[in-house]
Amino acid sequence: MSTVTAAETTTTDRSLPVVLKVEGLNVDLRTPRGTVRAVDNVGFEARAGQTLALLGESGCGKSMTAKAVAGLLDPIADVDGGEILLNGTDLARLSPKQRRKFAGPELGIVFQDALTALNPVYPVGAQLGEAFRIHHGLSAKEAKAKAVDLMRRVGIPEPEARVNAYPHQFSGGMRQRILIAMAVALNPKLLIADEPTTALDVTVQAQIMALLKSLREESDMAVVLITHDLAVVAEEADTVAVMYAGNVVETGRVADVFASPRHPYTKGLLESVPVNAERGAELNSIPGSPPELHKIPAGCVYQDRCPLVQEVCRAERPKLLPVVSKEPAAADGATPRAAACHFSEELDK
Amino acid sequence: MLTYLRKRILSSALPLVVVIVGVFALARLTGNPATLYLPLNATEQMRADFTARMGLDQPLLVQMADYFGGVLRLDFGESLRTGESAAAMALRAFPATLQLAATTMVLAIILAVIVGCWAALKPNGVADRISSFVSMAAASIPDFWLAIVGIWIFAITLGWLPTSGVNGSEAWVLPIATLLLRPFGVLVQIVRGAMVSALSEPYIKLARSKGAGDVRIVTHHALRNAAAPALTVAGDLTVGLVNGAVVVETIFGWPGIGKLMIDSILQRDFAVLQAAVLLTAVAIFVLNILIDLGYALLDARVRPATVKA
Amino acid sequence: MATPLVQPGHQPPTSDALPEPFAVPPLEPPAAEAAEAGDKKPGLFRLLLRDKFATAAAAVLVLVGLTAVFGPALMGDLATKQNLLFANKPPFNPANGWEYFLGSDSLGRSVLARLVIATRTTVAVALPAVAIALVIGSLWGVWAGYHRGWRETVSMRVADVIMSFPSLLLAVVVLYVFNPSIANIVLILALTRIPIYLRTARAESAELQSRTFVDAARTFGAKPNAIIGRHVVPIVLPTLLTLATLEFCYVMLAESSLSFLGIGIQPPDVSWGLMVSQGRQYLQTAWWLSIFPGLAIVITTIAANMLAAWLRIATDPAQRWRLALPRKRLIARIPAKTVEGDK
Repeated sequence: MSTVTAAETTTTDRSLPVVLKVEGLNVDLRTPRGTVRAVDNVGFEARAGQTLALLGESGCGKSMTAKAVAGLLDPIADVDGGEILLNGTDLARLSPKQRRKFAGPELGIVFQDALTALNPVYPVGAQLGEAFRIHHGLSAKEAKAKAVDLMRRVGIPEPEARVNAYPHQFSGGMRQRILIAMAVALNPKLLIADEPTTALDVTVQAQIMALLKSLREESDMAVVLITHDLAVVAEEADTVAVMYAGNVVETGRVADVFASPRHPYTKGLLESVPVNAERGAELNSIPGSPPELHKIPAGCVYQDRCPLVQEVCRAERPKLLPVVSKEPAAADGATPRAAACHFSEELDK
Repeated sequence: MLTYLRKRILSSALPLVVVIVGVFALARLTGNPATLYLPLNATEQMRADFTARMGLDQPLLVQMADYFGGVLRLDFGESLRTGESAAAMALRAFPATLQLAATTMVLAIILAVIVGCWAALKPNGVADRISSFVSMAAASIPDFWLAIVGIWIFAITLGWLPTSGVNGSEAWVLPIATLLLRPFGVLVQIVRGAMVSALSEPYIKLARSKGAGDVRIVTHHALRNAAAPALTVAGDLTVGLVNGAVVVETIFGWPGIGKLMIDSILQRDFAVLQAAVLLTAVAIFVLNILIDLGYALLDARVRPATVKA
Repeated sequence: MATPLVQPGHQPPTSDALPEPFAVPPLEPPAAEAAEAGDKKPGLFRLLLRDKFATAAAAVLVLVGLTAVFGPALMGDLATKQNLLFANKPPFNPANGWEYFLGSDSLGRSVLARLVIATRTTVAVALPAVAIALVIGSLWGVWAGYHRGWRETVSMRVADVIMSFPSLLLAVVVLYVFNPSIANIVLILALTRIPIYLRTARAESAELQSRTFVDAARTFGAKPNAIIGRHVVPIVLPTLLTLATLEFCYVMLAESSLSFLGIGIQPPDVSWGLMVSQGRQYLQTAWWLSIFPGLAIVITTIAANMLAAWLRIATDPAQRWRLALPRKRLIARIPAKTVEGDK
């Protein structure tokens, strides 16, 4: 695991203010088979100036969690209990109208696919300036000037000339920059980035991640990064919450979690990364596939694929409990670590 | 942009040419057009005179050249009924139909956009169900029957509105209401469908993430994207409005091109029918060009419209 | 833990990523359901009975069909029998006997009986017209879409030409030149509606011909017509049949309009549209002569419309799940589980 531990990490400082605190969040999804729980009792914290990664396979509920936080759930999904505290205000209890006041100035979101997320029939300048028009009541002309500033800020060349161009006239990377610019337009305290680089080339991915990082440092935002990419987590995030089948199975500092995973799922993920495998040896993988949402078992969500499975796993769902580690970095108690496994102690090397 | 328009004009002109040739071909299909042009009780002598006068004894190619020359000079011969120039009669009737059709379409579009957006905001909600039933009923009621029911209730029973004519604003109510119904019903369904799909696009989520409210989402973000399919259908409906206009003008005695056509058919006045049909075809040609221009204005990408029939 | 992570074909180039193909698809219930619709899909008929509006619509259409087939025989010569003693009787008066339940015209003919006879004429025009347009338009469209290239271009141009011309105008000119016989009306209505099927079938078929299973059939050496018949037509058919249901309304309304204008069905034949037209001059004295046949048209078209709307959803695997979707809960579930054990 040399590459992972060598990755750059900053110390998670408990003194940094918590911007977003999600607790006990449930999201229900109405399907023909009845209502299923897509996000189950999820909790995590994001601190100012730091990046929290929500890591998981597609369908694990990470994107749904992000949408619930941003208030952008599809009509078939409903938040059913839980708190979404953004600087102390519970977003889950706000009316849609009150919530709109937060969208932009307090909370920004970067979507995955910039081509579909940008409105094809308007020039990008109009779309960039929209937040200023809605929240600050600027005129179209003033908003356009702000749009030019934003484009410059995210590194789009010749912003004055391109402010009137349409989304389809930009490259994929530039479109993603525009999306990011839109999300940070009003200097929000919290930025949610929902797989912001998945649709991009590898080289462009690195540029976009660098841009996100510099913007985060510039304005001390908390960033929640939704991703399925372990490498991105290792490089960009300070803390990580690993999700599986709608549940958070492990949280903690990225360095700690990656160095000594305390949930068999996290462990399985890390072992399946080819970089970590011995050359020539067969690549490890997790057998089976995640359960479908209407077939999530009563006990531990991971029981059907877990090598450590016991009777207790089938009977009782493990809670996300703080884990004590023998390792010195975590032993000082400064970093909250938790795992939802009956046998997390046994995984401690 | 210009090449796009040129291409569209050329492809729109094709139907026009087909119609012009088609009318010529149809007129010759029955053998001697004299039977077509002349009243049924015409004598042999009249037919022979007519054939000679119209050059129908000439070879077909010469006839065709004559015909095209006539079309270009707007000369379709004289009306059998009045002896007047057929083209002049058609041109005189045209504005009445245009006024009726334009007013109807503008009203239909405005009403359909309002109702369609309202329904689309909450798919399967109460508003959606009501509007879907109303629009379905509106598209299902035959216009001629509605006109008759309207006359029966509002003109005969209640006496509020005149049964026919063009004098005064009351005279417009029933014809427009009758003509409006079908385009309105179809457009509501199209606007609603296009709005529902536009509202589920990711860019709507993005707009919401900027704090945009429902009104702004609908008017600024979804409507313009939903406009392209609605425009296509509105164009088709305007073409179809000619059908309705024929019926409505006949019932309400509206002196438009539709009434002219039916009158000329019933009195077997082929020259006038031909002029009216060709004039309508030209009007539709112009309309198609205008719709193409509308697309270009709506969307910088000038995407081809994808609409299910 | 020794099995390969993902199939080679699915392995992303940068293998640090999680196995994306191993996904639960909960975010897209339509896709999830479509995949499973195969195992235990409820029959179309059972699904129909669940929707009371669609059931009612289907019942109305069946009734119209039965009336068209058996009605005239039951009515005998009632529709043509003149009885001046019973002229202009208003409807809903049981004293006049059942045959005058919907009133009578100025010659004392039963409106009910005439309505039944007219049903047969109306259906006899609309059904063949729809069927002819459906068969020709669909096959033509599938063929054009499958082969692409010039065959597609020419076909679409032809469709554009027909569509850009008001159908009534075409009918008016043709029926002026030729006799307005039932056969001619059927043919002209079919002709004007062919482009509708042509366009739809072409679009679907063009989309399908690039799919892998069509490619697979091609590599096995299947001939184009065999592929069209076996792979393309069955998939396109539900859409086209739905369209045909909708078109039934249109064609019926078009025939009614023509008959109303006096260039459609000619007396002594009678159709609903013609009855409305004939009753028009008696509007002040005998409203029922126009109103009842009009109602028959309205009810039939609304029924066909509703059935088409339902069919569109029911025959579309990606939308079928909507019919079985539970309604939104009104009462929020009480949060049952306590939060993680850090308290």
